[in-house]
Amino acid sequence: RDFNERCAQCSEVNWGLTDGGRFYCRSCHNVTERTREVVNTDFISNTRVQTISKVLRKQEKTDGGCEWYVCEGFQLVLKKQAEALEALGVCPQMKDEILCNFWRCYLQKSKQAYCNRPAGETVKALSVCDSSTDADSEPERPSLLHMLSVSESEGDLQTDCSFASSTSKVSESTSLCSGSVDGSLYLMKNQKEKLRMTMPMTLSFCYMALLWLREPMTLSDLLRFVVEGHIPYLNVFQHFPEKMKLCGLDLKIFCVESWPVYEEVYNKMLELAAFLDLPRFPDITDSCFLHPDMLCIKYLMEANLPDELHNWTCRVVKKICIGEADFLTLVPGNKSTRKVKYDVLAAAVIVVVLKLLFLLDDHYEWLLSEFAEERNKNNKEGGPYFEFKKWYKVIKCSLDVEQKKLDEERAKYLWRCEKPLFYSAKKKSKVLKRRRMVVNLQNQFGKLSGSVQSSVKPNPSSFQLSWYEENTDGSCFHGHSLKGILQEKCGLLTAMNPDYWLCTVKLCTEKLCGHLAHYREVDFPQSYHFVLRLFSFLLRIQPSHIHDEVCVIEHKLFNKKLCKKPKYKASLRK
Amino acid sequence: SSHEHKLNFKKSKEVCLNYIQDAMLQKQWKRAAEFLTFYIESLEKDFSTAYMGPSEMIWRIGTEILCHHSHSSMKQFNSFIEQMKTLGVKRYLKVCLEHAFHLLCNGLIDEAYQNLSLAESWRFGEQTAIQDREMKLIQAYRGLLDYCSWSKQKNILLEHGQNGFEDLSVEREMHSCFRKAAVNLKEIIKVPGVWDLFVKCYVDLLEYYGDHNEACQVLNEYAYNSKFPANPNAHVYLYQFLKRHGESKKSLISALKILHDIVPSHELMIDFNTMLQKSKKRKKRQLGLEVIFAALDYAGWKENVKAWSCLARQVKQIVISEKHLDWIKQEWNSRKDWWPAFHFSRYLAKRNWQENESLSYEKALVAGILLGKDCKYFKYVSHQGCKAQVKRFRILKKFVNKHNPVYLRISG
Repeated sequence: RDFNERCAQCSEVNWGLTDGGRFYCRSCHNVTERTREVVNTDFISNTRVQTISKVLRKQEKTDGGCEWYVCEGFQLVLKKQAEALEALGVCPQMKDEILCNFWRCYLQKSKQAYCNRPAGETVKALSVCDSSTDADSEPERPSLLHMLSVSESEGDLQTDCSFASSTSKVSESTSLCSGSVDGSLYLMKNQKEKLRMTMPMTLSFCYMALLWLREPMTLSDLLRFVVEGHIPYLNVFQHFPEKMKLCGLDLKIFCVESWPVYEEVYNKMLELAAFLDLPRFPDITDSCFLHPDMLCIKYLMEANLPDELHNWTCRVVKKICIGEADFLTLVPGNKSTRKVKYDVLAAAVIVVVLKLLFLLDDHYEWLLSEFAEERNKNNKEGGPYFEFKKWYKVIKCSLDVEQKKLDEERAKYLWRCEKPLFYSAKKKSKVLKRRRMVVNLQNQFGKLSGSVQSSVKPNPSSFQLSWYEENTDGSCFHGHSLKGILQEKCGLLTAMNPDYWLCTVKLCTEKLCGHLAHYREVDFPQSYHFVLRLFSFLLRIQPSHIHDEVCVIEHKLFNKKLCKKPKYKASLRK
Repeated sequence: SSHEHKLNFKKSKEVCLNYIQDAMLQKQWKRAAEFLTFYIESLEKDFSTAYMGPSEMIWRIGTEILCHHSHSSMKQFNSFIEQMKTLGVKRYLKVCLEHAFHLLCNGLIDEAYQNLSLAESWRFGEQTAIQDREMKLIQAYRGLLDYCSWSKQKNILLEHGQNGFEDLSVEREMHSCFRKAAVNLKEIIKVPGVWDLFVKCYVDLLEYYGDHNEACQVLNEYAYNSKFPANPNAHVYLYQFLKRHGESKKSLISALKILHDIVPSHELMIDFNTMLQKSKKRKKRQLGLEVIFAALDYAGWKENVKAWSCLARQVKQIVISEKHLDWIKQEWNSRKDWWPAFHFSRYLAKRNWQENESLSYEKALVAGILLGKDCKYFKYVSHQGCKAQVKRFRILKKFVNKHNPVYLRISG
């Protein structure tokens, strides 16, 4: 992208990146020895001076601050996030090469840097809250309140602003207020075509880089780490250097007051990949962590299900061809193929397998369990047979406990940090005073809380639920055998369950209503809902998303003419 | 239940509040305090004009927790409240007032007084109507505390007087307390409301200094001004005042009449009936009968000997005079369906006889007249009474037998 040399072989300028990070010519596939230079992403006051042809003088302001642009802020954020990911075990290449190259490409494409005419040029640099006489002569300049009302966010910050403006009587002259130079511009222009950067989008960047490198971290893992505080996101601006003052509209850009939403981050990632004109991502092969066969192992383990189920998940994957690299690999911009959410896909495959084996109609699985229990009594050699009932009890217990913990954590989530946020310098003392009071009160009531407040974050872990075979209480089902619920037919072990019910007879059109199916708990068996709930907890997404994916898989599965089972009928549950 | 996996600031604080509420309802103060610590950061976003914003929540919840938590001290409470006072000008007076209440409940009268005085001198911008009211309340309670001081001084003076001392300084102090108290108490009772305590104290002051006119006027206002909410106590106070000052029966009766209308079961109804029975006016005597019947409609009076004796006396008197039997008939008409089971069951006859002979005597008389000599109650009690050879029961038996036809005329 920013490599503009002509190809030695064919004289074209059409470069792509190999897996190894080398440039190769797309026209003639000539691989060069040139690799990406490591870019120093440290924040230096005049980073942009080097890359912009028109130089804007940076001046130290009287309050010790300096001029900074919004994209520099985001650059810092990304750097922090990449460092955190590296600390979690992601390879350094992500931080040093991939992510920063994506970022540079983005800056270039959105004309914020690395190009001839940066977008910020058309607006005069505005200093913090100084009345600029120019503003009076341009009546179309929007006021502070108007700026905030056009934004799509929750509106919490909107109320902050209404306080700020109502008590300080913001006049027209102090209308556009931000610590950054282009904060107001950032929020004002309709940036749809240029893909304006947001905080959730930083996670899209991260995920995109992780995906490019095929790191063993799913999007749901990433978002969970964010919520647990292992990846800077919530109050990341507190890591900005002292001289980078944040106030006013910057808060709207950099402050986060909600947990990142899977769908949002994912969709933005797709948009971003297309925007950056990225080529086909490195192939997801069956040795990759993100491949359904691999992910299924992980989720089966976490769900405390027998290892033998893996055979079945692999069979389903193979049957509907979702293990193919072409299906799994992301090709940006290609609107025709449905994009793959690896974690949801793997979970849905497991759900389908459970339905295949246990039916999950609130009757059959219990009957089958009793049957297995009977067989277990005579089962002396080998491991015990898997009994659905026992598994259900163990999982339900753990799930309820974990869910309760999670619910309490949601109630105890702290959003603020020590670094104060204020809309204008006038408000600073008031904000600081409040902060002091908050800390005092927290201490006072903290002492009355009794138990020791553990402010230590739990260690980041890929697994939320763990089960150990060494436990003698029989609570680990990994090694259990499925023989209890299988029967031999023609030398093959097949499921005793002859039936299957489809979640939905017809899939919806995603374009019309945004979903492929509409999940309502009351419409489906409780066992099915339980299984969805389990994976919903593990992935931290709504059960309906998994349900959607289950519907798609089922439709693929039963559209084929082949059948491994003796007979099955598709029937819609009432 | 489907669990949301989204979360934002507002939602997480809502959820936190639910946990606090649950903990408080179950009196788990440590747990409530724990969750409160996580709620507190809402103060940094408290710019809403909602009725119950975070500031108010934290003030109320924090107060509850500090009141009940085993490890909290008065000092902690005070420091907490001082912080709450700075949280919003609209709330300042309210917080001061409630702080004062709290101090009073803990016996810290001087501190409460200081607080109220401090609050009184507070001025900020324009006073809203609510703040005006709150200020009046603050002044009123300070006035009340002044009254308490006055009362104390008065007692000291009395003591000294008995001992032959004269104490000018105490007297001066006392008068100054009086002035301070009077000014504030007078103000508050001008505002429509229920101010029993203030009225009583103010009247006490006025009476002491001999200003009976003012006192009477105050009490009349309090009882009869339609702007004030209906308050039985107002009439009681007025009645007691009039009685104290030997006012005419007429004024006493008119004071109690309204009380009868509002609270027919009031304990003063006995006094009322007694006064009315003695009246020369026929209408008054009839009212008396009405009053006593009405009082005995209430379960709390079932075993009140005095009440029954009033009724018995009046009924007996009417029967003997053979005049105004229609009064009894009128009263009995609406009661004959349920009074027998309510008052005159056989079970009650046994119980009354066992527990309270006088009660059973009075009731038996009434029963005998209203229900005739063959009614369960009368039969049982008179039989028991005669068996026990108690003289009055024999007289009673004879009386009722003699006047049995009356019953027929009443019940017809």
